[in-house]
Amino acid sequence: MSDIKVKTAPVLGVDGRSAGHLLEIDNLHVEFRTRDGIAKVINGVSYHVDAGETLAVLGESGSGKSVTAQTIMGILDTPPGFVTDGAIRFRGKDLLTMGKDERRLVRGEGIAMVFQDALSALNPVFTVGFQIAELFRKRRGMSRADGYKRAAELLDLVKIPAASARLRDFPHQFSGGMRQRVMIAMALALDPEVLIADEPTTALDVTVQAQIMDLLAEIRRDRNMGMILITHDLGVVADVADRIAVMYAGRIVEQADVHALYGKPCHPYTLALLDSLPRLDLKGQELNTIKGLPPNLLRIPSGCAFHPRCRMARDICSAERPALVELGGVRSSACHFAEELYGRE
Amino acid sequence: MGRYALRRLLQAIPVFIGTTFLIWFLVWGLPGDPFAGRCGEKQCPAAYVNYMTEKFGLDDPLPVQYLNYLKNLATGNFGQTFNGIEIGELLAQAFPISIKLALVAVAAEALIGITAGVLTGLRRGSFLDNLVLVSTLVLIALPIFVIGIVARYAFGLASVSPEAPWHELIIPGLILGSGSLAYITRLTRVNIVENRRADYVRTAVAKGLSPGRVTGVHLLRNSMIPVVTWLGLDLGALMGGAIVTEGIFNIRGIGGLLFGAISRRESGIVVSIVAILVLVYLIVNLLVDLLYGVLDPRIRYE
Repeated sequence: MSDIKVKTAPVLGVDGRSAGHLLEIDNLHVEFRTRDGIAKVINGVSYHVDAGETLAVLGESGSGKSVTAQTIMGILDTPPGFVTDGAIRFRGKDLLTMGKDERRLVRGEGIAMVFQDALSALNPVFTVGFQIAELFRKRRGMSRADGYKRAAELLDLVKIPAASARLRDFPHQFSGGMRQRVMIAMALALDPEVLIADEPTTALDVTVQAQIMDLLAEIRRDRNMGMILITHDLGVVADVADRIAVMYAGRIVEQADVHALYGKPCHPYTLALLDSLPRLDLKGQELNTIKGLPPNLLRIPSGCAFHPRCRMARDICSAERPALVELGGVRSSACHFAEELYGRE
Repeated sequence: MGRYALRRLLQAIPVFIGTTFLIWFLVWGLPGDPFAGRCGEKQCPAAYVNYMTEKFGLDDPLPVQYLNYLKNLATGNFGQTFNGIEIGELLAQAFPISIKLALVAVAAEALIGITAGVLTGLRRGSFLDNLVLVSTLVLIALPIFVIGIVARYAFGLASVSPEAPWHELIIPGLILGSGSLAYITRLTRVNIVENRRADYVRTAVAKGLSPGRVTGVHLLRNSMIPVVTWLGLDLGALMGGAIVTEGIFNIRGIGGLLFGAISRRESGIVVSIVAILVLVYLIVNLLVDLLYGVLDPRIRYE
């Protein structure tokens, strides 16, 4: 287990590409081969994240946001999931083509992940101390005692009271919020450069949600990590994210920095999502919803996948799939009327 | 946990008394006379029958006989056979042999069964998986006396020496454990298949642990809970000796002793063996239940 980290190495592509991003997903395609047919779960997703920034990936269930994260971590269930095209470059090296052992060492140390449901994501039969210390013992070659000492420091860092006393507790002995803190502590153990948080607050009470998001934001700032925050909750991302990528049916439909996206959404889907947020000034009125259901990935609608639910849909929408076009050089949207939406006041 | 164990041990007392009492009645409920055929072709002289009846108190009512037996048992005295042999000595000879045989069988079940279960569980649908599936079906379907007799000829084993050394017990042990071995394989496989897609296994992979550690520590520990339970209970059951296996290989264990005792109406031996087996069973059960809590910390004892 080498302790050498390449943190200071310049971020350069191996194949002589221009200086890339810390983590870059390029034209990723993933399909699920099921008995009922092939579900195209991810159809050409590209995004990137750099040190010190937070990218929020937003979308309904089934939009492919979690599968993208699993593919980055290399924990996609195969079968049924298969990567059919694309690249995932971490520090310029493609994770999808590198050797198994090399890729394994990226996990936890290069890119770490916080899962949605900490109760099922933590092993029920081992103490949390064991599960955190395991990383130091197996990946850093530390002794058991040192590993537990570092584990206690981490629990302290994520603000778990009486940290060293709780090392001997099992996951089920923690409350939901505390358990998610354990999960975060475990993800931070090897000091990763990118942290992927997959709906980290979905399973928690609203009051606890805010605490966990604050904690994640604080840690991201202190450690200058890149963070990918996957969520379906628009409220959660507003305070924390720098940029937002909105996904629909396995594609990115809009990407922009957080203020631009909230200020002037340039895709009808984003518009509809923001419209469906409960608002205090419209109390008592019926809540706006997006009509219809998310698409069946076995039969994605022709043209723009959103057209059956879109208020702006016209003939061209079902015939031709809109490309993701840049708007003003800072943001992009995949809609036939993107320019129109961008140009509005 | 201590209080729980104590309560379970107290519960064992009525169970122990109830089972031994039942067996005592059942043995005497069997038709037949313990002194028939004891004197060759002729009937035994009345004087002998009277003497024996007097000596073993066979004219007393059954509950009285039973209470006398319990009283002796409490002082560690198992009594004598009708031939005047100390039952305690018979048990001391036979039990270690049966325990050795049971240990060999359970060790084989654990070693081969768990290994085969893990390998097939990880490679579901592979050639190995199908091969093991068919083999376990055959093992479960074949009666033990068929496997035993075939193995005896195949390996050229006549009988095990009276003192039953470990190496001579390997093949009889394998045969004794074959049915459970097949079951353990299946049980392990099912649990591995069920748990290998669990979120915590995925977490372990995401931590960058080696595949061996993910399987050997995170997956295996969770999959072993029902398997260990089964192994424990099986050990308890096998301690009672194996009449068929012991018969085929001429092993002088508890099974043979019990079989002979029932046919000779040696109620003292039968009840003594059952008494010990009941105790073994109760203790093994308790240990398995306690072990369950060690393997799965979510289980609490009230």
